[in-house]
Amino acid sequence: MTAAVEISLNVNGERVEANVLPRLNLADFLREHLELTGTHVGCEHGVCGACTVRVNGDIVRSCLMLAVQTHNATVETIEGVSDSGEIADLQSAFRERNALQCGFCTPGMLMAAQDLLKQSPCPDREQIREHLSGNYCRCTGYQAIVDAIETTARARAGRLT
Amino acid sequence: MTTARENSETLSALDRPNSYIGKTVPRPNLDRLMQGRGLYVSDIELPRMAHVVFLRSPHAHAKINGIDASTAKQMPGVIAVVSGSELSTVITPWVGVLSHLKGLKSAPQSAIAVDRVCWQGEAVAAVVASSRAQAEDAAELVSVEYEELDAVTDMRTALDPATAVIHASLGDNLAFERNHDAGAVDQAFAESDEVVEAEFVFGRHTGVTLEPRAVVADWNAAEARLTIYQGTQAPHMVQNIAALHLGLKESQVRVVCKDVGGSFGIKVHIYADEMATYALSKLLRRPIKFVADRVESFNTDIHARDHRCKGKIGVTRDGTITAFEIDDLTGIGPYSMYPRTSAIEANQVVNLVGGPYLTRNYRARARVVFQNKNVMCQYRAVGHPIACSVTEGLVDLAAMKIGMDPIEIRRRNLIADDAYPCASPSGLRFEQLSHHASLAKLIKMMGYDALRAEQTALRAKGIHRGIGIASFIEVTNPSAAFYGVGGAKISSQDGVAVRLDAQGSVICQTSITEQGQGSESLTAQIVGSVLGVSMDRVRVILGDTDITPYGGGTWASRGAGIGGEAALQATKVLRKNILDVAAAVLQSTPGDLDIVNNGVVNAADGTPRIDLSELARIVYFRPDTLPPGIQAEFMATRHFVPREYPFAFTNGVQASWLEVDTDTGFVKLLKHWVVEDCGTIINPQLVDEQIRGGVVQGLGAALFEKCVYDERGQLTNANMADYLVPMSGEMPDIDVGHVVSPTLESELGAKGAGEAGTAGAAAAVTNAVNDALRPFGAIITEIPLTPQVILTALGRI
Amino acid sequence: MKASAFAYARATSVADALELLTAHGERAKVLSGGQSLLPAMNLRLIAPELIIDIGALTELRGVVVKEGVLTIGALTCHADLLKSPEIAAHAPLLTDAVAHVAHPAIRNRGTIGGSLAHADPASELPACMLTLGATIIARGPGGERRIAASGFFAGIYETALAPQELLVAVELPVPPKNSTHFFHEFARRQGDYAIVGLAAQAFVRDGRFTDLRLGFFAVGDRPLLARSAGKLVDVAITPAVLAEAASALNDELDPLEDHQATPAMRRHLAKILLARCVSSLLARPELRAGASA
Repeated sequence: MTAAVEISLNVNGERVEANVLPRLNLADFLREHLELTGTHVGCEHGVCGACTVRVNGDIVRSCLMLAVQTHNATVETIEGVSDSGEIADLQSAFRERNALQCGFCTPGMLMAAQDLLKQSPCPDREQIREHLSGNYCRCTGYQAIVDAIETTARARAGRLT
Repeated sequence: MTTARENSETLSALDRPNSYIGKTVPRPNLDRLMQGRGLYVSDIELPRMAHVVFLRSPHAHAKINGIDASTAKQMPGVIAVVSGSELSTVITPWVGVLSHLKGLKSAPQSAIAVDRVCWQGEAVAAVVASSRAQAEDAAELVSVEYEELDAVTDMRTALDPATAVIHASLGDNLAFERNHDAGAVDQAFAESDEVVEAEFVFGRHTGVTLEPRAVVADWNAAEARLTIYQGTQAPHMVQNIAALHLGLKESQVRVVCKDVGGSFGIKVHIYADEMATYALSKLLRRPIKFVADRVESFNTDIHARDHRCKGKIGVTRDGTITAFEIDDLTGIGPYSMYPRTSAIEANQVVNLVGGPYLTRNYRARARVVFQNKNVMCQYRAVGHPIACSVTEGLVDLAAMKIGMDPIEIRRRNLIADDAYPCASPSGLRFEQLSHHASLAKLIKMMGYDALRAEQTALRAKGIHRGIGIASFIEVTNPSAAFYGVGGAKISSQDGVAVRLDAQGSVICQTSITEQGQGSESLTAQIVGSVLGVSMDRVRVILGDTDITPYGGGTWASRGAGIGGEAALQATKVLRKNILDVAAAVLQSTPGDLDIVNNGVVNAADGTPRIDLSELARIVYFRPDTLPPGIQAEFMATRHFVPREYPFAFTNGVQASWLEVDTDTGFVKLLKHWVVEDCGTIINPQLVDEQIRGGVVQGLGAALFEKCVYDERGQLTNANMADYLVPMSGEMPDIDVGHVVSPTLESELGAKGAGEAGTAGAAAAVTNAVNDALRPFGAIITEIPLTPQVILTALGRI
Repeated sequence: MKASAFAYARATSVADALELLTAHGERAKVLSGGQSLLPAMNLRLIAPELIIDIGALTELRGVVVKEGVLTIGALTCHADLLKSPEIAAHAPLLTDAVAHVAHPAIRNRGTIGGSLAHADPASELPACMLTLGATIIARGPGGERRIAASGFFAGIYETALAPQELLVAVELPVPPKNSTHFFHEFARRQGDYAIVGLAAQAFVRDGRFTDLRLGFFAVGDRPLLARSAGKLVDVAITPAVLAEAASALNDELDPLEDHQATPAMRRHLAKILLARCVSSLLARPELRAGASA
């Protein structure tokens, strides 16, 4: 009964067929089976946000989702949104603002930030802080991250003077 | 938004086209991290690699009467189950003492407990399997017969005769005691108009690096070499210690450190489970991976700051501080941590209390006791938050007592900026500090008078806001006085090798390490500036004991000041060597030439003479065309260690502006300011971000973070839902300003900046809360300042 | 920190899920959003033998308003609740409450059915169900059962659901026009579980409450619909009346101790919330500190 289950999904635009044990969570599936190690594991109980990825367009905690639940789903990771260029401007703003230090939270942080920018074109600082409130960063103190996201939002809105 | 402000005070001696010193330039290694292409230890997979899970004691103190692993060994995927005594055949125990901490004692500690466990979370067996999940499955089936022993949990009673002694061979539970008496303290108190006393209580907390501790140890039996992939701040220290206890030569151990997911002092130590992982690899002759999970991290990453410190201050009516006295007590767990020991924090408290102030009258006692809790040791800003909170808390209490503004009492007592060099009441030597300039700048930045007016106006409406000020000093750039003199093989010097490659680019190997501070960037900035090449031509290699020069690494705010100076000196030599060869090739003299923008030019008018790439081509491929007697040395190595001062002290001052909801006890942080003086600033943005990140760690301690133990020594909040770290929603924006007093110990003049934020943040917040609560007559000297603590102090519950 | 091994079944219909539940009962756990279940499993606090994944049962997802009743499918996730114009129009209390549930990534997975069936006494939605007079719809081997929210929550992580039953939907009577609401919770950090929270729905006429429902959470082993609200209905609210209600509220509470608060602190904060709620709903700022003085 605990046998592996066949799943078929789309990861970063590529078709993936896999046999996974039910207990394998999505974060471990991405990291260990697909070797997409940009998705990080920080707490494994859904608090730190380092494992944030997109499933069917929505951000989720990949440690709180089983790989078997992604059958027929579309999964996007930091590698995918980097290679597609989707967040190139956001990454550039992070670079200019030094909005990362050790970088361990950064993939999850970028996924959460992009999620906000897609939903809300010109968030204020409080909204940015609120949207990131489930993503832990021990290094930066968050201000540089908020700055970088704010800069990106303004640039995207074409209001940067 | 807040933008990184151009820092006009930072200066470069080398104001040239490639002068990056003092400028904000993006770190070269960020794209890798932003695109998910970093390489953290938890990402590393090796052929035949197995995973270890440690079965950990559920008891704080217990005898191990037997371990039955027979069922576990039959589980799918299990490779071995190894007990402490089995592992002791390949690794020796250690004792965490250093000779310069006189009287410090500790007991031998094993990689895996042998007969007895001394804290909840100590490993009792290692389960090695093909996957982490399988190892966890098997670990559930290892049966350990424990006989519970009395647990020593309250540091206040640890020294009572009635309390059990944790290590019988040591005679008592006192690990270390230091007493200091300077000036005439009793007389000073007697002559004071007011003497104020308080007990300051600090929550035990921990580093919570987002990437947990992780090691892959790979013993290659055929090569008789151990490669350790570890997220460490001090690779050469790990190399030395691993070799020592595994019976190897240092040359048989290579330590590789790629990306590190946060360190903050948590990863500057060597933990028993890491030692066990090295040993398991040797025992099982295959790569073994250990990645702590979050619960293990809370139970085994070093804790810090568990102090109760009684403080006393004397003051005259004119605001003159007459004396400080402290009696500090701290519980460090059952062992002094290896190899840096667990006495340093209390020792620092004694060193630092009263440090910014003029009074020479200072008495201190610090006692460090054993207890059956997780070990405590050095975490970012070691001892500073304790010393700063006690000192600044006392100064505010004294000011309150005599009715003086907190700024004014500091103005009257901070050491004058022109009084240096001088010494602190504890005997530490200060080269050049800038307390008054920093305070003046802070007052301006925060608009102190306007804030006071706003506070008064809001108070009339029942809104209670507070301003808290905290001056501080900080130990940076430690010399051998920190560890080396005590016998620890922890290097205080660092080395840098720079070489010009065949296309005129520079490869730089440094012994400092990178955990996000920007070591790679600041090294490239210095090399590029000194040599006259653009930063994109400089590649920095760090974190590999096979490749880099020997050195200490990145900790204790030393990377920029010590490693940066080594980079500067090595690059100067390389520059000279290049110009010597260029002069010979160009039939000029070195003095008439310069290197600018990746090419050799005429010093006088900047006329391009030869590109570095062309010079390198000649040197490497056509040395036959060089004039006779010219042997190019396009590689240079230099090392550096401060010799004049044991530490390069920095200073600064912080301010907090916050609101207390006196009905609910909730604190809202509104704004935070920092002015600090770390000498020459290599990259203003990196310094500011170190400060901001450090402040927020201090704010976590001030409001949220605490390892909650029950009376039986059980850590009751070992998960991220119950142990509260600072998150974006509650953190304020932080303004950072600088005063620049370069150290003359080095040509670079840089001091450390990594810990300044953490040093003073909690003190500023506590003072601000007490300022807000002033109308209620409530004084709180305990952190974290939880709603429960505040409502209790207000008598609301 | 890896979950113990378990078997996995992807339910293809409600009937299929019920069959699996009937066959495996307490050995099985229903996986809805998984945002409470999976952390507990990763921490090995629980180790079910079988996971029944109902995630594909799209018929359990969605919000419908019909004849004065708002029906929310059990699989409707928090993010959908937050975005739903029907809920914003007919149960704005719920919209306000959901914004306090955890964080965006959690709200994208966590479901209303999962939250109610999990019955964490500190969570927001169970209290809202009490306040809004919801009916919980469960299906089991014997057919459909309608359970009043007031009788649904039975203790910490305990509900009236039988092991063979599946929570399929909740029904909320659409509150009358012009009714008002108040939601607030005290949590240490954004998205944290509340130390104490209050979901209130009221009808105010001429400065008096003609109806007031106060659903407190994190004040005991289950959410509490405070009877003491009755002391505030159809009377002119004075500080004395408010103090009396606060005192009556105090008698109703049976708060637990945890890392964040003692029972005494929870009692205190519940009274603060009561005053702030009344002050806000009546638009009388002077009452804000009323019960706490």
